[in-house]
Amino acid sequence: MPTVIVDGKEIEIGADERLNCIEAARRAGAEIPHYCWHPGLSVVASCRMCLVETGTRDAATGKISMMPKLVPACQTPAKDGTVIVTESPLVKDSRARVEEALLIDHPIDCPICDKAGECLLQDYHFQHGQSERRADLHAFTSRRRDVGPTVTLFVDRCIMCTRCVRFTREVSGTSELMVTSRGAKEEIDVFPGHPLDNKLSGNVVDLCPVGALGDKDFLYQQRVWFMKREANVCGGCSAGCSIHTEHNQDTIYRLKPRENPHVNTWWICDEGRYGWHHIHDAARLVGAGRRATVSTDRSTPLEAVEWADVVPRLRTDLKAAGRLAVAISPMLTVEEAWMLCAVARSIDPQAFLAVGHVPRTGDDETFPGGFTIRAEKCPNRLGVEGVVALFDPAVPSWSQLVEHVRAGHADAAWITGAYPAAWIDDDTAAAFADLKCLVVQDLFDSPLSALATWRLPAAGFAERAGTWVNVAHRAQTFEQAVRPPAGVWPEGRLYWNMLGRRGLYDPTAVRRQVAESSATFAALAGEIPATGVDLRIHQLA
Amino acid sequence: MKPTDPSVTWIEEKPLGLAERLYLPLFVQGLTTTARHLVSPKLTVSYPEQRPTVGNPLIYRGVHRLNRDQEGRVKCVACFLCATACPAHCIDIVATNSPWPDREKYPESFAIDELRCIFCGMCEEACPVDAIELTSLLDLTGKSREEMIFDKEKLLSVYDMTKDAEPMKSASLGGTL
Repeated sequence: MPTVIVDGKEIEIGADERLNCIEAARRAGAEIPHYCWHPGLSVVASCRMCLVETGTRDAATGKISMMPKLVPACQTPAKDGTVIVTESPLVKDSRARVEEALLIDHPIDCPICDKAGECLLQDYHFQHGQSERRADLHAFTSRRRDVGPTVTLFVDRCIMCTRCVRFTREVSGTSELMVTSRGAKEEIDVFPGHPLDNKLSGNVVDLCPVGALGDKDFLYQQRVWFMKREANVCGGCSAGCSIHTEHNQDTIYRLKPRENPHVNTWWICDEGRYGWHHIHDAARLVGAGRRATVSTDRSTPLEAVEWADVVPRLRTDLKAAGRLAVAISPMLTVEEAWMLCAVARSIDPQAFLAVGHVPRTGDDETFPGGFTIRAEKCPNRLGVEGVVALFDPAVPSWSQLVEHVRAGHADAAWITGAYPAAWIDDDTAAAFADLKCLVVQDLFDSPLSALATWRLPAAGFAERAGTWVNVAHRAQTFEQAVRPPAGVWPEGRLYWNMLGRRGLYDPTAVRRQVAESSATFAALAGEIPATGVDLRIHQLA
Repeated sequence: MKPTDPSVTWIEEKPLGLAERLYLPLFVQGLTTTARHLVSPKLTVSYPEQRPTVGNPLIYRGVHRLNRDQEGRVKCVACFLCATACPAHCIDIVATNSPWPDREKYPESFAIDELRCIFCGMCEEACPVDAIELTSLLDLTGKSREEMIFDKEKLLSVYDMTKDAEPMKSASLGGTL
């Protein structure tokens, strides 16, 4: 095994691992500051922040010979016998000078900069910079340049790391951004007539180590230190990107990608990034409603029902109606889907269980960097299919359920939605018009909810807890980030109570139960790492 | 720390001397203090008929004001540092893009709940542009809780009211104008 010596500490790295000195030093617990280097982008070694002393140890004699000059750690591969010194006076002095040089042209408008608090320039200056200024620096307002519909550029805050330029060239493959002028006059700009407008453009804001690139959606909405972050999974498509939901007092302010080498690496698409606004939409359904008379007559108005009464009355109504058909939405978690199936079968042992409507738009779109946006705009089709298969091996689809209802094989239906966008047309909804009892659980009103005898609100993606299985069979578990609006019970809570279980809804307990009862979900039995588990792990073995 | 800790030094109380045991000298000493205060000038004022004098209005911590810049615009840049420093969480700011070309960010709304405020002065200390200051206005009353939530206009009007009597501290203390 190759051995690298970091600050006198020997660490072993994998024989076929290709690490640079930053990554090798990180293994030894030494953090080398860097701006321009990013693991997902090519190496340019231009910021000079990661300069370290390196040398080699002769394998035969054990004698260490050092390089006379400092070298960029990001560009120097760590090999067997590589010696890295990260904290020598020479290295520290170099870092302080880099910081000093960067600040000469920096506006120091941290109080109004959105990046303040998560800015590498601030952090590194605090750790490695000098406490006093030698140049006569004054705060000034940065020039602002509009580079695209979602991103704004604060020109003078830029430190020219060119991460954003490399991102558009290597990952999104759109190459809108470029560097104009030379030397101290260098600036980031877009090519004339080609604004930064691609489906991954929001990532350049995350990549920016300083406050030069700002997200227009988030600009001046909240200071970063007020927000709490919860590890979540994006519900925008079946890729199931790992994200952080950043929120304060039950209001979401932004979504950020969470590094996950198995799913999304470091990126998320703009559709997912800005796809949380429906959570705070005033048009969301709130409170449970039931028509005064549960019959085929849909003219009577909905009357509000207390949640505590929903549990017994919903069961009574469905039982009275007769043959039940249930659509389990692919927006639900595995735990919720499983509980819903159990609830349905406890009401009607012959209940027809089907996977809910699977929304699709276009085709899968893969970018040069390998990132893929999926056409299937729901996060958990595979998970729900796996759950339904436990109850009905045929795994009926949404269209089969509609046919089933049209053919008159059902007297009652329970349709779960939780779709962020309109999903059902009048013709399809009309198939459910003659049912004795129709339960619709959705985020927004739809042609279907207009026919409902029971209209129940659903939870948004950040308001539920549980497990989603993405298109590559990777199951990711996540916690609830924000509380739903008053008057909304997340699906899990309702099903938990309808199953007669005591206490608060505990997704972990349900997940363990699902894992024990099925081979498909056996991998969910233990602790799930933050990057998720591959459900096929047992089947492959 | 335990009583048996070696770093604790235990000392005995001094035994009473003759003067303490006689009691009379201490009695006289106490009465002398009382007598001195009987004849010394009175410091108590009959508020509200009589206003108390504020020693140095520049360091008094009374009602807040939002300063204006030289063009009469609100000086605040909506950085939220006062709201961050505030131990009582009484400052609520909504920030947005400023309507002026030379300024980037400004407070769309700025509200201080004066009932919740503990007048510690941390907001004033945190402000990087000396926009929020505490005045020497000390008698703050209102008929309702809502009335005591001071919005941007009201805080600016406090500035207009007090700017002559209490110039911006920033000028005398070398801060930003």
